[in-house]
Amino acid sequence: MIRLLDVSKYYSTRFGSTKVFDHVNLRVEPGERVGILGRNGAGKSTMIRLISGAERPTSGRVERNMTVSWPLAFGGAFQGTLTGIDNLRFICRIYGIDPEDKIPFVEDFSELGLYLREPVRSYSSGMRARLAFAISMVIEFDCFLIDEIIAVGDARFHAKCNYELFEKRGDRAMIIVSHDAAYIRDHCSRAAVLVAGSLYEKGSLDESFDFYTQETARAA
Amino acid sequence: MSSVSARQILRSSAIQWRVIHALLLREILTRFGRHNIGFLWLFVEPMLFTLGVTALWTLSKSLHGSNLPIAAFALTGYSTVLLWRNMPARCIGAIEPNLSLMYHRNVKVIDIFAARLLLEVGGATISFAVLSIVFIATGLIEPPEDVLQVIGGWLMIAWFGVSLAMFLGALAQESELVDKLWHPAAYLLFPLSGAAFLVDALPTDAQHYLLYLPMVHGTEYIREGYFGSRIHAHYDLVYMAAFNTLLLLLALAKIRKVGREVIPE
Repeated sequence: MIRLLDVSKYYSTRFGSTKVFDHVNLRVEPGERVGILGRNGAGKSTMIRLISGAERPTSGRVERNMTVSWPLAFGGAFQGTLTGIDNLRFICRIYGIDPEDKIPFVEDFSELGLYLREPVRSYSSGMRARLAFAISMVIEFDCFLIDEIIAVGDARFHAKCNYELFEKRGDRAMIIVSHDAAYIRDHCSRAAVLVAGSLYEKGSLDESFDFYTQETARAA
Repeated sequence: MSSVSARQILRSSAIQWRVIHALLLREILTRFGRHNIGFLWLFVEPMLFTLGVTALWTLSKSLHGSNLPIAAFALTGYSTVLLWRNMPARCIGAIEPNLSLMYHRNVKVIDIFAARLLLEVGGATISFAVLSIVFIATGLIEPPEDVLQVIGGWLMIAWFGVSLAMFLGALAQESELVDKLWHPAAYLLFPLSGAAFLVDALPTDAQHYLLYLPMVHGTEYIREGYFGSRIHAHYDLVYMAAFNTLLLLLALAKIRKVGREVIPE
């Protein structure tokens, strides 16, 4: 289970302290798929970093009673001077997994061929996305955090990713943040909306989507 | 406060070691790469520095206020400077290029510092040890009179360097001034650090002021370990330990504060 208890986040800026959100409560049970909808700048990425533990809340508490991934994104957090394999090794070591067993999977899934042994800075954005996703699937978690899957790569690669994440790992919990209601609808059983520093969850998926549409329309 | 069991501490330290180990290997690869002598640069570079300074001081018959061989003087002096002076440079600005790694919740600011510092201490120590052995084997200098004392003094200076580096590294995250001011400060501290003179050779007034600098005590202690009765060393290890402790506590407090505010990207 993951619980956010009265979580607030403020960033200090040159104009003083700025609220990202406050008094956010959320509870995610094992196996649940929760979408968090929000427009650009609503604080979605901050929210997912707080849930992952990479960043600390200004006040409130985040409890994690299951293993939680880092925020998976197609950008990938790589050291450009290192090769794809070295980046894989680094992440495996951080999570205490033997990297050598995982190389065949990453080779196969990323389809990078010889480039896997070249520095990441020589990759195109599509190649980076493939490497990022392949490495993300190497370490198993009870809950995956997914940050705004941007359409990188071709349709076939998308299908492969969807199969790997949503079918093979269908029993895991997931928290997905996105601005795209259709994406959340496809993959989530619950949805919450992040707007003006508060998180709202309506009774059903459809009610949450209606609320998000209204809020987006009002802002526009 | 929640109570923390011994098992939790054990588990946490296992994770921390795993992370530092991963960062260490990564640091070696990004810094030295796989080209030419690669990893060997870690200690070949400080060795070249020390050898160069030894050669210059020998040729210029540098005044150092004693009748000790210049080679021995340069080796003990310049090696200690490399030890404490290079560490802050490695920690200042260390957070920024590693922000993307902090997406992984177990990678913290202190781990990034720890990995870099372990490398730096390792490189300086190997350089000092190898050069000592080479100088002794070729008869350039005598073996140290008290090896344990040399090691003790070396560890004291390493402790000072680690504390200073972590403090400045964390402080630099808040102000760019640290980076700007550290370079002149390091440059000016070198001639005052006890590397290029024996405290005993200085006027009493100067001794009094210089002994406020913690690294002078460590350097003197190492020299006494090396040359023993041939010199009269001035040091107060209790003062140095107190200074180091205070600096280390400040550093840890600062890292904790910075760590809470850091935003992975």
